[in-house]
Amino acid sequence: MRETASSKAPCYALVGNPNVGKTALFNALTGLHQRVANYAGVTVERREGVLCGPGAIVRIVDLPGVRSLVPRALDEEITAASLLGVGAVRAEVDGAVVVLDATQLRRGLFLLSQVLDTGIPCIVCVNMADEAAAEGSAVDTEGLSKALGGMPVVATSAPCGDGVAALAAQLRAGIAANYARTESVAEPTPTGARCQRPVEALPTHAQRPGFLCADIPGINITEPPSPERWARIREAVDASGLVQQEVSARWRFAEHVMAGVRTAHTCRLRLRSDRIDRWCLHAVFGPLLFLLVMGAVFQGVFLLATPAADGIGSLFSAAGGGLRSLLGTGFFVDLLVDGAFAGISAVVVFLPQILFLFTFLILLEDTGYLARAAFIADRPFAAVGLSGRSFAPLLSSFACAVPSILGLRSVDDQRERRVAMFVAPLLTCSARLPVYALLISAFIPQTLYWGLLTLQGLVLLGLYLLGGVLAALAAWVLDRVLRKANPVPLLLELPIYRVPSLRTVAIRIAQRAGSFMRRAGTVILAFSLVVWVLTTYPQASVAPSTALEKSAALEGSYAGQLGRIIEPLIEPLGFDWRIGIGIVASLAAREVFNSTMSVVYAVEETGQAEGDANLVTGFRRARRESDGGPMFTLATVVALLVFYAVALQCTSTIAVVARESGSWRFALAQFLTFTALAWMLAWCARHICLIFTLS
Amino acid sequence: MVSELTCGQQEPARPVVALSRMPEGSSGTMAGLSGDDLIALKLAEVGFVPGAKLRLVRRAPLGSPLEVEVDGARFSLRAETAASVSVYPHA
Repeated sequence: MRETASSKAPCYALVGNPNVGKTALFNALTGLHQRVANYAGVTVERREGVLCGPGAIVRIVDLPGVRSLVPRALDEEITAASLLGVGAVRAEVDGAVVVLDATQLRRGLFLLSQVLDTGIPCIVCVNMADEAAAEGSAVDTEGLSKALGGMPVVATSAPCGDGVAALAAQLRAGIAANYARTESVAEPTPTGARCQRPVEALPTHAQRPGFLCADIPGINITEPPSPERWARIREAVDASGLVQQEVSARWRFAEHVMAGVRTAHTCRLRLRSDRIDRWCLHAVFGPLLFLLVMGAVFQGVFLLATPAADGIGSLFSAAGGGLRSLLGTGFFVDLLVDGAFAGISAVVVFLPQILFLFTFLILLEDTGYLARAAFIADRPFAAVGLSGRSFAPLLSSFACAVPSILGLRSVDDQRERRVAMFVAPLLTCSARLPVYALLISAFIPQTLYWGLLTLQGLVLLGLYLLGGVLAALAAWVLDRVLRKANPVPLLLELPIYRVPSLRTVAIRIAQRAGSFMRRAGTVILAFSLVVWVLTTYPQASVAPSTALEKSAALEGSYAGQLGRIIEPLIEPLGFDWRIGIGIVASLAAREVFNSTMSVVYAVEETGQAEGDANLVTGFRRARRESDGGPMFTLATVVALLVFYAVALQCTSTIAVVARESGSWRFALAQFLTFTALAWMLAWCARHICLIFTLS
Repeated sequence: MVSELTCGQQEPARPVVALSRMPEGSSGTMAGLSGDDLIALKLAEVGFVPGAKLRLVRRAPLGSPLEVEVDGARFSLRAETAASVSVYPHA
């Protein structure tokens, strides 16, 4: 029975409803850490680990939480397909641990009946036994096991580790096939049919398959699989109303099992939740609290963004300078310092804001408030064709569009998912802030209004609003274009409030940050190297040393040539080829604009903080080549700000959208639409400004 | 299409109301579901089946969605979805 090779080791899947603490259990079993949530449907990736401790090697897969094996969202499909051994995520799952919430046994039993019918051997783990104990009812594992025909049942409380060793021992002993008998425990379905394991690839969530039922008249399951057969089966299933009869039969199964289990219901935790909700969802205080919380998030991201970017930037440029004096000059030193090092700094600059926003979101999620925020936000979101489902993912767009687009995987309405994916990059991400801060501090006067508001602050607020309003408008338009007859109805669980465990929160923040670094970081780094090549080659015969020489070298580089090529396109906006270089370079990450501009405008390197001040002087000195007038007029600056607010200047976002939507055409259409829109709005903004400044 | 889950024969005399029209804090027994299959299936999977005890906990500050308790758990669903659920109100 003992396996030595890891590839031959048995692989067991953790399956359960959302919010049953399945992921905390996975952490406890494997020692491998990953995220746990108090908000339905956040674990979208399938994670695998190896059971820790001595003894036989056992692999464990953590599957996304689902209510049923009839898949509708991408994450649900991953779970269903893994258990059925079909589709793109074909996994050789040898058995399943069906994780139930001790306070919600019946719901878990509904899912258990489906897992049983896939034919996969399974055992039951009743998690959150501590919460049930707090409710005054110890878990009746014996009764449950007996009602399930002798299936092993283990009670656990994952966060405190109770029962985890017993579960691990059970897994080492193996999950035997002989428990997977439904007929011994289940009443027959109305047709006398039991559900069979489908033989062909799972259809996409767009087609609702229902579970395949064997004894539908006219269907012979021994027929070889074919698309026609699949279509016929679906037709027959729909026509017979079997899908709904099946659901009813599964609830009867759950009821039947529950009859043999001792339970007590006092609902103390629910009552505590209700007391909190009396305020959090109050008709007046609820929305006020909501606005307060969201305001705190934005304020936090904003307060952190610019100083963090400056601090990290100067740290890296100092380190780069140190490296250079240590290594001398040469191609590889240039590549390392100007290319790779600058690229890494462009990535690391985002970390403080990203970490802050993730911390905030994860805390909101784990306490259960995020589900309430989505509840409050649903009505306003509905006005533009979105729903509370997209609320949390879109909120993370204010840090970065990349995690936001990944988070949309849990949205089960595919039309809504596409709409939200399309508009997410319009919301002001933290990469725009350094650009805004530079341009605003350089050219917008610090006029004070009512002794409280500065013009600079108002302009910044206006840019945030511009992004939000455009996103809402775009969603509204797109919703009408893509309108579909049968939207998937909103159904979000409002879990009870829980005190988040600091350890879990810390693990999740680290994981999210790591995932961001992998997904966005690699693209930013790669594109930074491309930008370095473009701005450095063809190289001048003499290595540039002074700022003016560097500026001249840049002018002759590929990037300079590219800037000249696109100059006619951006000339109507008041931009010249030098700004063109900045726009091209900032495709790596928007804030690269600042460092590129400082090279273009021949700023002597004197450290980041002074560098910004020097850059402002450089900007003010800049002259137009045609008439020698000042390059940066108010109209040009406003146009540039509007352009950056709208344009999709971010290669990592484009790459992630292409992957997540499964279509390069979608990503390209998004990029072109936003670029065109940015151009038009910048043109309008410039001309409005010109009218005002002339009069 | 009217769902086949409707089981009017149990208590034919009692009046039914739409879940969306129940007063906040009131409860009832689910009578049936109308509307398309997808909505019916999705609701049924979380416990909205005839005979289930439902409670309308509250409406969101702007009137929709609703917070509904079923079988010990709370779900938010929009008013238009709740309109397809019919309930025998408890006195």
